[in-house]
Amino acid sequence: MMLNLGPQHPSTHGVFRLVLWLDGERIVRAEPHIGYLHRGSEKLCEREDYTQIITLFDRLDYVANLNGELAFCMAAEKLMGLEVPDRAWYVRSILCELNRIASHMLFYGVYGLDTGAMTPILYGFRERERIVLLFEAVTGARMMHNFIRVGGVKQDLPEDFVQRVNKLTDELKRGIEECDQLLTNSELFLARTKGVGSIDGPTARDYGCTGPVLRASGVKEDVRVSEPYGIYDRFEFGIPVGSNGDCWDRYYIRVEEMRQSLSIIEQAVKQMEPGPIQAKVRRIARPPKGEAYVRTESPRGDFAVFLVSDGGDKPYRVKVRAPSFANLQSITHMLRDAYIADAVVILGSIDIILGEVDR
Amino acid sequence: MTTPQEKKPAKPERATHRREPEVPVAPAALDERGKALAAILPQVFSGLDVQISAAMDEVVLAAKPQDVPAVCRIAKEDPRLDFDYLRCLSVVDYIERLEVDYHLFSLDKRHKMVVKTSVPPDAANVPTVSGVWRGADWYEREGHDLFGVVFDGHPNLRPLLLYEGFEGHPGRKSFLFHEYDEW
Repeated sequence: MMLNLGPQHPSTHGVFRLVLWLDGERIVRAEPHIGYLHRGSEKLCEREDYTQIITLFDRLDYVANLNGELAFCMAAEKLMGLEVPDRAWYVRSILCELNRIASHMLFYGVYGLDTGAMTPILYGFRERERIVLLFEAVTGARMMHNFIRVGGVKQDLPEDFVQRVNKLTDELKRGIEECDQLLTNSELFLARTKGVGSIDGPTARDYGCTGPVLRASGVKEDVRVSEPYGIYDRFEFGIPVGSNGDCWDRYYIRVEEMRQSLSIIEQAVKQMEPGPIQAKVRRIARPPKGEAYVRTESPRGDFAVFLVSDGGDKPYRVKVRAPSFANLQSITHMLRDAYIADAVVILGSIDIILGEVDR
Repeated sequence: MTTPQEKKPAKPERATHRREPEVPVAPAALDERGKALAAILPQVFSGLDVQISAAMDEVVLAAKPQDVPAVCRIAKEDPRLDFDYLRCLSVVDYIERLEVDYHLFSLDKRHKMVVKTSVPPDAANVPTVSGVWRGADWYEREGHDLFGVVFDGHPNLRPLLLYEGFEGHPGRKSFLFHEYDEW
């Protein structure tokens, strides 16, 4: 039997269509269809100048906006050979790690819904709201921040930032523990996720999976460590690695990552010192001719930008390597021989953002 | 349906793309791993017609289109290279040629390389590498969608990001933007 899931379906996390071929309750073959959200972002980048493009990158991964902005700005900086001031890097790192927690909190809540638990979304959104309120104080926007600039950040942090972020980390610490206790070891949740949708390390590598999906399969790979960028070599943090590569591992790695991100934020706040927040850049940036490929670790994995410049004030070509795009490919493997009831659980565990899949 | 190409460009062309009179070039600067990799590449690919150079911090290996699967197979399976992770597969339109870039990375050895190949835009055929890395599948479909590069031997080259029946290749420079003025 052929079954069509989506494109409008509450649990497809956006506009995504999945065609399933079934034998009884077992999935024989799955075929994902994407592209419903294709806006031609890469092509649009070719007609905007470097400052304008940042807003386009906000809208790729729309729950981790700052991480997207960072990747693009880093690519331009690499071409121009810019030295970004220390304080700017601390501001970026703190905000990006907060964004990672916010993104994982959304995942946590939505994943609860996917597995049939109603309460986690309330807890997840409560914690996320705290972070979003701080973002609003810093950048002026809850989601589409447009804050990171080529060579630095838009403006310095508000005066009471350290105070607020310290209060926030305390609250988040408690919040994460609460969330963890609520869902992680729940009997029903374990039954839905343990041993479901397994993918082993070599296969995950072959598909180009990155981030929590790859780490859940036991591969210790994190761009912040394997190709450290910015000031990530100044922090001590662990990389959680799973062993079974099933849905529960993918879920728990994200919970663990939130704790690690909190520790990075605490270290960064302690180390941060006053200073300039913007390198000297011409008002209209014109990077030299060449091509730069920059990898960053977004909440979903290896978010990379391939930027080709011909020396003009607009890029010649921008290619976005979106982690969800590669991770989503592996769903055909994960769904094979799974039960139809687990399809949504498996899809949710990849944590796709269709904005960056379709671009 | 009407594609943007069929719409008349009524207005005279504006110079929208401003450049420096003399364009500076970003310098190549390989790190230690990159230098070590560039040193062993001629040995590894001794039987094939490849050129080795560098762009920024990446080692660049230029190959002929028909050699791409062989090059990629060696890159993945040779223990000295061990490129098990296809970071990205992108197409760049240089008008007189289309360039296909395969960004590779080794998760264990932590070195990186780009394989590049160029094809003419009117006969853009490159053999597929989806048999080497399974992850290449969607990237190649995307490249076919947006740039019209035909990846020969690909099991399923149907549109991925665009809808069935879309005409033209929107990634190419010849595919115009909709005409509108910002005020």
